[in-house]
Amino acid sequence: MRDGRGTIKRKAGLKLWLSGGWLAVVAVLTLFAGWISPHDPLTQDLFASRLPPFWAAGAEPGYLLGTDSLGRDVLSRIIYGGRVALTVAIIAGLATAIVGSVLGLIAGYYRGWADAVISRLVDIWMAFPPVLFAILLIAVLGTGLWSIVIAIIVIDWTRFCRVVRAETMNQSQMDYVASAVVAGHVRSAILWREIGPNVLPTIVALLSLEMGIAVIVEAILSFVNLSISTDAPTWGGMIAEGRISIHQAWWVLVCPLIVLFLTVLAFSQFGEGLKDRFDPVLR
Amino acid sequence: MTAFLEIENLSAAIKGTPDRLLRSVSLHVNSGEVCGLVGESGAGKSMIGKAVLGILPSAVEIVEGQVRLDGEDLLAMPQRERRRLIGATAALIPQDPLTALNPSRRIGPQITDRLVDILGWTKHDARTRAAELLDEVHIENPQRVLASYPHELSGGMRQRVLIASAFAANPKLVIADEPTTALDVTVQKQILRLIREMQERHGTAMLFVTHDLGVVSKICQRLVVLFAGMVVEKAGVSDFYANPAHAYSKALLSATPKFTEPFTSLTPVDQTVISAVSEQVEAADREWRHAH
Repeated sequence: MRDGRGTIKRKAGLKLWLSGGWLAVVAVLTLFAGWISPHDPLTQDLFASRLPPFWAAGAEPGYLLGTDSLGRDVLSRIIYGGRVALTVAIIAGLATAIVGSVLGLIAGYYRGWADAVISRLVDIWMAFPPVLFAILLIAVLGTGLWSIVIAIIVIDWTRFCRVVRAETMNQSQMDYVASAVVAGHVRSAILWREIGPNVLPTIVALLSLEMGIAVIVEAILSFVNLSISTDAPTWGGMIAEGRISIHQAWWVLVCPLIVLFLTVLAFSQFGEGLKDRFDPVLR
Repeated sequence: MTAFLEIENLSAAIKGTPDRLLRSVSLHVNSGEVCGLVGESGAGKSMIGKAVLGILPSAVEIVEGQVRLDGEDLLAMPQRERRRLIGATAALIPQDPLTALNPSRRIGPQITDRLVDILGWTKHDARTRAAELLDEVHIENPQRVLASYPHELSGGMRQRVLIASAFAANPKLVIADEPTTALDVTVQKQILRLIREMQERHGTAMLFVTHDLGVVSKICQRLVVLFAGMVVEKAGVSDFYANPAHAYSKALLSATPKFTEPFTSLTPVDQTVISAVSEQVEAADREWRHAH
């Protein structure tokens, strides 16, 4: 038993440290992009186009991950692209979590007509294919950071709503809620003060997952050129450009792809790790 | 002596079905008295307590009857007022100390919330009172416990905290819902003694729900025997143990294992008695259906 608990905890810890570490690195790089990035991400140098990354033959010092067909530094573009990705992840993730969780808490606790309306809405919502829905929304809203954020909220609030509603219903059955009712507290106080803190670990875990999803959605939209203004570097946009010159300069495609993959993975693992850490049974 | 809690003709059923879970239950608890409520599991003991406190599961509804707390009919009141009245005058000692405390909040506010929100005490007064109460239930170092989370305490400690919490607002009525069932036998005895001590000190009326007739004899003055949601006997404790009136009570008493004869005394309730009471229940149901 003790050993079992020990291993669970160690694993959760490792997961948390690795994923958290990667996210911290990305956050620091993008936050201080102006000082850290070796080159301006938009400056073209046609004499230095398609330079390979540092380990390959013919690499130039100063261009760690090489350059693309227009001679722009890939590393600098990845760092600046991370700025967009992280901004979207944080703003859209938090906003989606708040909208979905509040509706889920209300549906799960008050039940009755509120639950009926919210749950039907979720069912209808989930029938739409999310990526098509996103592209449609951007077509209506126009491109730009806020359009992406709004699109992600509109598509993904259901994810929070469903899970939070189920967890709230679960918690509402607990004896401590009955005790609070007997004590004479009003329903809203019971919901926010008693049930809320017990649903929070679930919300935090989902939030981390949602941030990863937001990064993917932003990448998809920028891949089809529907993200922020077209000249700013984005991971999805770099992948789209790299696709054209894959046979001459594979690194332009592969480098942002790996960073995107690691970041999304880190978000989901970070969420899992946090959930294990907060779980009162495992704690 | 006046009855503080009076339940009259209380019937409850699962919503949308005609079958009753509580069958015209009438009982009362006098001020300062402990009344036992006994029966097998599923007899509806806890449900009576929940009906009084307004925490019935949402699938169950009260179809008939009155619950009077200090003369005021609870079921006729608007919900908000009823909750306030219950919060100010009644309290619950729950069955399972593991789930009855909120796992993500500290003990202190869980005790003081009711004093501050419902009775309008200042935070400082409530905190002082909470420490006094923990001292009353023989918890050493109350300040440390007030700052602890439930998972840092043992089962017995949690039940002590819950008892302290129940008596915090000087309630007139405490409903104890099998308060010792989830505990170790050794802890059970201490907790029982503690509940009795608190009840006597505060002069509280208490409805003590249990399936353990041994416990009833130690703590109650009167008892009510329940079968399938129907009251089959009401008696004073000494009369009941000397001479139970109803055949079912007799059978229930003789089914209590005696530690002097551990093997021979372990007999189930006689089947003929069960079918006799079941018939009684059916007769009551027929009569009730006829009247409605």
